[in-house]
Amino acid sequence: MKTAVIVFPGSNCDRDLAVAFEQATGQAPHMVWHQETSLPDGIDLIGVPGGFSYGDYLRSGAMAAQSPVMRAVSDAAADGRYVLGICNGFQVLTESGLLPGALMRNAGISFVCRDVKLTVANTQSAFTNLYDAGEDIVVPVAHHDGNYFADTATLDRLEGEGRVAFRYAEEVNGSARNIAGILNEGGNVLGMMPHPERCSEDAHGRLDGKRIFDALAKSA
Amino acid sequence: MKARVTITLKNGVLDPQGKAIHHALEGLGFGGVNDVRAGKMIELDLADGTTDPEIEDMCRKLLANTVIENFRIERI
Repeated sequence: MKTAVIVFPGSNCDRDLAVAFEQATGQAPHMVWHQETSLPDGIDLIGVPGGFSYGDYLRSGAMAAQSPVMRAVSDAAADGRYVLGICNGFQVLTESGLLPGALMRNAGISFVCRDVKLTVANTQSAFTNLYDAGEDIVVPVAHHDGNYFADTATLDRLEGEGRVAFRYAEEVNGSARNIAGILNEGGNVLGMMPHPERCSEDAHGRLDGKRIFDALAKSA
Repeated sequence: MKARVTITLKNGVLDPQGKAIHHALEGLGFGGVNDVRAGKMIELDLADGTTDPEIEDMCRKLLANTVIENFRIERI
């Protein structure tokens, strides 16, 4: 499986994500700078990493969503390639319209940086099929704008179509219906605020995030 | 010519920053503040002849996130 990690000015989880991709697939990902207008040939999985792209100017993810490389990412997503957006990457995916809704300032105002318990709400997707139904996992979050918002009709549709991938099992940031991660209609794009790449090797003290990368590695 | 774009959160969208400002005002002893909503203002210096639909397009594509925000354009 060939992978790529997008790098924006201000990304700071790109190398962690690259390590997680490499450990799962056995191949180092292509690191793709935001000014690129195309992706290397034959990429199966694209990672949009966490961080503070463009200093979070205007809105988190808003500037990155307009960068040249995101057009190539949108085309790849439309073509059925896997796209995984984590934290700021999730914000970039909502701002670019690849996922519905928006991520707003945490309801409690504060930056939240701690381990949180998540319930895996969909265990059928290409990202989550190595988890057991209803399983609780613990994954760290580190964000200021993680409060997921969408109108009631969109939330109902996400739930009705099984597109909520992860929910917070505790109150974290005020997210609508405790949503921590969602899938697109095709099931090939996942955005999530928690950081699976920060709990995917023994040195991290926990391996709860690793199964996302392992699941993707076996699907292509 | 210049235009001023005012961006505000839609009604019903929780505004934690507005709430914090509200609490701070109360802490300073200002009574009688019923609610506070925070937004942002962007001033555009535009080429003559820029049309309203063009400015609206800028707002929809970048300046505002219409999932959660409204925008208002004034020429100044």
